[in-house]
Amino acid sequence: MKTSLKWIKDLVPGLEVSPQTFADAMTLSGSKVEYYDCMDADLDQIVVGQIKEIAPHPDADKLVICQVDVGSETIQIVTGAPNVFEGAKVPVVLDGGRVAGGHDGSKTEGGIKIKKGKLRGVESYGMMCSIEELGSNRDMFPEAPENGIYIFDESVTVGDNAVKVLGLDDAVVEYEITSNRVDCFAVLGLAREAAATFQKEFVPPVVTETGNDEDVNQYIKVRVDAKDLCRRYTARVVKNIKIAPSPKWMQERLRAQGIRPINNIVDITNYVMEEYGQPMHAYDLDTIEDHQIVVRRANPGETFVTLDGQERRVDESVLMICDGKKAVGIAGIMGGENSMITDNVTTMLFEAACFDGTNIRLSSKKVGLRTDASGKFEKGLDPNNAIEAMNRACQLVEELGAGEVVGGVVDIYDEPMEGRRLPFEPDKYNHMLGTSIPAEDMLTYFRRLDLGYDEVSNEVLIPSWRQDLESYADLAEEVARFYGYDKIPTSLPSGEATTGRLSDKLKIEKIVRNVAQFCGFSQGMTYSFESPKVFDKLLLDADDPLRQTVVISNPLGEDFSIMRTLPLDGMLTSLATNANRRNKDVRLFEMGNIYLPKQLPLTELPEERMQLTLGMYGDGDFFTMKGVVEEIASQLGMNDKLHYDPQAGKNFLHPGRQANIVYAGKVIGYLGEVHPMVCANYDIKERVYIAVLDMPYLVEMASFDKKYEGIARFPAATRDISMVVPRGILVGDIEAVFDQKGGAYLESYELFDLYEGNQIVKGFKSVAYSLTFRAKDKNLEEEDIKGAMNRILKALDGMGIELRK
Amino acid sequence: MKEKLQEITKKAMEQIDAAEEMSSLNDVRVAILGKKGELTAVLKSMKDVKPEDRPAVGQLVNETRAAIEEKLNEAKEKLEQAELERRLKTEVIDVTLPAKKARIGHLHPNTNVLEEVEDIFVGMGYEVVEGPEVEYDYYNFEALNIPANHPAKDEQDTFYINKDILLRTQTSPVQVRVMEKGKLPIRMIAPGRVFRSDEVDATHSPSFHQIEGMVIDKNITFADLKGTLEEFVKQLFGADTKVKFRPHHFPFTEPSAEMDVSCFKCGGKGCRFCKGEGWIEILGCGMVHPKVLRMSGIDPDEYQGFAFGLGLERITLLKYEIDDMRLLYENDDRFLKQF
Repeated sequence: MKTSLKWIKDLVPGLEVSPQTFADAMTLSGSKVEYYDCMDADLDQIVVGQIKEIAPHPDADKLVICQVDVGSETIQIVTGAPNVFEGAKVPVVLDGGRVAGGHDGSKTEGGIKIKKGKLRGVESYGMMCSIEELGSNRDMFPEAPENGIYIFDESVTVGDNAVKVLGLDDAVVEYEITSNRVDCFAVLGLAREAAATFQKEFVPPVVTETGNDEDVNQYIKVRVDAKDLCRRYTARVVKNIKIAPSPKWMQERLRAQGIRPINNIVDITNYVMEEYGQPMHAYDLDTIEDHQIVVRRANPGETFVTLDGQERRVDESVLMICDGKKAVGIAGIMGGENSMITDNVTTMLFEAACFDGTNIRLSSKKVGLRTDASGKFEKGLDPNNAIEAMNRACQLVEELGAGEVVGGVVDIYDEPMEGRRLPFEPDKYNHMLGTSIPAEDMLTYFRRLDLGYDEVSNEVLIPSWRQDLESYADLAEEVARFYGYDKIPTSLPSGEATTGRLSDKLKIEKIVRNVAQFCGFSQGMTYSFESPKVFDKLLLDADDPLRQTVVISNPLGEDFSIMRTLPLDGMLTSLATNANRRNKDVRLFEMGNIYLPKQLPLTELPEERMQLTLGMYGDGDFFTMKGVVEEIASQLGMNDKLHYDPQAGKNFLHPGRQANIVYAGKVIGYLGEVHPMVCANYDIKERVYIAVLDMPYLVEMASFDKKYEGIARFPAATRDISMVVPRGILVGDIEAVFDQKGGAYLESYELFDLYEGNQIVKGFKSVAYSLTFRAKDKNLEEEDIKGAMNRILKALDGMGIELRK
Repeated sequence: MKEKLQEITKKAMEQIDAAEEMSSLNDVRVAILGKKGELTAVLKSMKDVKPEDRPAVGQLVNETRAAIEEKLNEAKEKLEQAELERRLKTEVIDVTLPAKKARIGHLHPNTNVLEEVEDIFVGMGYEVVEGPEVEYDYYNFEALNIPANHPAKDEQDTFYINKDILLRTQTSPVQVRVMEKGKLPIRMIAPGRVFRSDEVDATHSPSFHQIEGMVIDKNITFADLKGTLEEFVKQLFGADTKVKFRPHHFPFTEPSAEMDVSCFKCGGKGCRFCKGEGWIEILGCGMVHPKVLRMSGIDPDEYQGFAFGLGLERITLLKYEIDDMRLLYENDDRFLKQF
C-alpha cells in the first residue's frame, strides 16, 4: 500500500513532520513503512518562468536564445527544445539548482546540478525543463509533450515554485500492511493511524447528500441471487455525463499513488478506491438490458469477454454481474467489454458492493486474472464502507461537474454488519503485557482509533472496519501499539524452573555428526524431495517397495515431486558436483529424513526415519568406510560385534562389495561401493563408497552405561595360527569360530596375514591370525589354552580349513 | 700398601680423565674395580696384612674405591650430557615444514548456528523438541488460527500431499503438538526443516529451516518475551546488540511483533548488510493467541505465553556473509571447508 504524504497531512491537519519522522513513528505503531520516496529530493531552485522573446542562435541552427521572466528578473536561456514559443510558461531551473535526470527519462543519483555557461558561445543562465528532467514521465503527466519542455497552463504565476505547482513537493510512502488490517489498505485508514500515532485530529471528508429529484429505481432494478457471495450491493445512476480531465488536485493525488490520470469518471472511481479502499465499477447503463442487474453464479462452461478484450472461462463457483440477458462483469475482478464506459457514454451505473473475499480470491486464481479490485476484495471488505464510498463518488461527480447524479440508492443489504462490543478489561491487558498502564490512558488510545466506549456497560465499541478486533488480546495489542512497544519493560520469565535439554535422539545425532566430522566427513544438506526418476538411476527393481512414495500434489516440477525413500540421490548428486568441479578426496555426510508411507494413498502421516548417509571418493576404500561405521558404533557404546552380511541385495551397490550392517540381530544399515553403472548415471568417474545408517536403530541401541572393568594385571599368552582356507569362506566365518569356541580366556584376535597367489593352491587363500588369551586372576598355563585351541582347530577342520605346515 | 693404593688411584684418575666414551669408562671400571681388577686384587691381598693393621688398611682401600667410583660417576654424567647435546644437535628439524594433518571434516554452517542457538536456549531451561516434517493441515494451519481459505494459506505457498496432509510450512505446528500433551509449564524450542513452494534463487529455497520457540506458564508477559529475546540475541550476536520490536500480525499470536537487531556488521551505522538501515529483521514473535491455547486444551484464563520463530538460513547467511543461499544445498567441499 502506498500513500501520498501530502494527502495524509490534508486529512490530519495538525501533522507537520518530515517523511523520515513519519516513517519511523508509523513503523513503531504498526504501519510498517518499507520506504518513502521524496519526489522532489533531487529538484532544487526550479521556478515558473515565462518566455518573453525568442531569437535564433547565431552559430547553431538547432538552438534558440530565449529571454525568460523568472519573476525576480529576466534571464537568458539557450535551448534546443523544439516546442518553445513566446508567452509559454515553463519550469526553469536557475543557476546552481538541480534536476532529477536527463530528458530521456534517465535518473541521476543525487540529481544533476545546473550551472550557467556558454552554449556555442552564447551565455545561458539556467535551463527550461521537460517532465522527465523533473523526475516524472508522460504517463503521469499525459499533457506533457514528447521531447520538449513542459508547458504550464496559463493560470500559473510566474516566479512560483514550479515543483509545488506540479505537485511534486510530496513524498510517496510505501507500507507493508498486514492482512488483518483491511482498513489500512485505504488512505483514510492510514490517516486515522497517523492521527493516532501523532496524537492529532483526524478530519475525514464530509460526504453530503447528492442526487436530483428522480428515483434511481426508475432506472435500474437489482436482484442478488447469490446472497452468500454478495453481502451488499449498492448502485446509483449518473446521467448527462461530461467526460473531461479531472482537476489538478485529484490528478496530483492519483499520481502520487502511482495511478495515471485518465478522465474525470475513471479518476473518480480510482480516487475513491484509494481513499476508501472500496473498489467501484462503472457500467454504461445503455448497454444494460431490461434495466436489471442480477448477481448470480456463472453457468457451467460459461465464457466471458472482459474489458481488456480477453475471453475468460468461468465456472459455477465464479460470481457474475449480469443484466436481464447476459453477463456484464466478473464480480469484483473485472467488468465486461460489452458494458464498459467509452468516451460516448451518457448514462452510467455505479456499483459499490461487498463480495465474499475468499470467493474472489479463488475466482481470481481460477480465472487467472488479478486486478487492483480483486486484490482489495479478497481481503474481506467492510460492507458498511460500500455505501460511504458510493456516496463519496457521487459527491465528487457533482463537485467535478462530471454528470448529473440521479436521486436515491439501490442498496441490497439483508444482514447489516453490526459493530462488535468487547468488555473493557484493563487489568487483563496489563497482565498480558507486563505493564501497569492506567485505564484512562488506554481509553485515550482507543478514542484516537475511533473505538467507542460505553461507560454503562464498560464495553469497547468496535467499528465495523475493525473486524480484526475480536478479543482482549487484540485490544491489548492496540494498547501496546500506542503505549509503545519500546516502552514495555523487559523481564525474564519467572515461575517454575525447567531443565533445558536435548532429546536422546538429538543427543545421539549430535554424537554421530561429531564422529563423522572427526573421521574427515563434512556435513552436507540436500532436499527432501526429488525426482521419481532417481529409482531408475539407482537401478531399483520395478517392484521395489522403495518406489512407493509420498507424492507432492503441487510440486515445483517433476524433479521435486516425491519425498525421498532413500537418501542416496542427494549424496550422489553432491559427490558428482564435487567430482565435476575437480575437488579431490571428498568425504560428505548428511543427516536427514526419509519418508516411508504406511499405506497409499496416504491417510496418515508417513514414517520419517532419520538416516546418516556417508559418501566418499578418492582416498580410502570399502574398509575405510567400514572403519567409520565401527567408530560410530563404538562411540555410541554399541559394544557387541557388528556383523556384515554380503547378501545385502542392493542393486545400486557393487555386487561383490556390499554388505548389510547387522547389530544384535538387526540390520541397522548398509555400506558398499557404488555400482559403476550408478556412478555413470550420476556422471562420476571415481569409485564411490557409501554407508547408510538407520538412526532410529542407533538411538535404540546406543548405550552410555559404562562400568570400569579393571586393567589386566596378568600377562597374555598369544598363539598364532596360519591356515589354508577355501576361497569362498569369509574371514568373518573364521572369526565366528573364534567367538564361539575360544572360551573364557580368549581376549582378542587379529588378522595379520592374508594371501592368495603362487604359493597357495588355486581356490584357496592363506589366512593367519594371532589369538590373545588372558585370565583376570592368574597366569595362564599351556593347559588352560590347549582346550580352547583344540576346539577351534577342530571346528576349522570341519569347515575344510587346514593348518599351514 | 699405601703407595700401591695411591698409585692405583692416580692411574685410575688419569684414565678416567682421558676417557672420551662410555666404553673407555667401563674399561677403567673393569680394570680397577672389576673382579680381576687391581683394587680387587689389593683387597684380596688383605689376608697378608697383619690383623691389627687390617682396619686401617681396609678403610684406606674403601676410601680409594669410593673416590674412584665417584670420579667414574662424575665422568659418566658428563659424557651422558655431552652425548645428549650431540644427539639434540643432530635432531634439529625445519619446524616450518608442512603439518601432517589429522583429517577432520566440517559441520554445515546451518548446524554451527543451530547448535549455538540450542545452547543458548538450553542454558535458559528450554527443551529442544521435534515434530514431523510431513504434517497434517490441522497442525500446520487450523490449530494455529489459520482456518480453511485463510489468505495466509496462500501467502505461504504450501506443498500439499492431499487435502489433509502437507509439507509443513513452518515449525509452529510443533507448538501445538507440545501443548496438546498438556504438560505445563512449557519452555521449548523446535528447530527443523520447513517447505514452501518458492523457486530456487539466491535468496529463496523451497526447503529451509526454522527455529520455533514457546514459553507457557501462569504469568508470562510480553515483557518476558522482550527480555528473553533480547537476552538471546545478545548472546548470539554480542552484548552490544540493540533490539527493536515493531507491531506485526501473525494469526497465532496476539499481540504480535517483529524484532529487528542492530546490524552486527556496522553496529547500526548502516552498511550493505542492513541495506543502510542499521537494523536487520531477525524474527517474528508474539503472545500465543488465546484461541490457539484453547484449541490445544490450555485455559487462556489461567495460562498465557509467548512464541517466536526465526529462519535459520537467514542468520547463517548474515553471520557468515554468504551471498547466495544455493551454496547451502550444493555441498561443494570448498564451501563446507570454510566453516
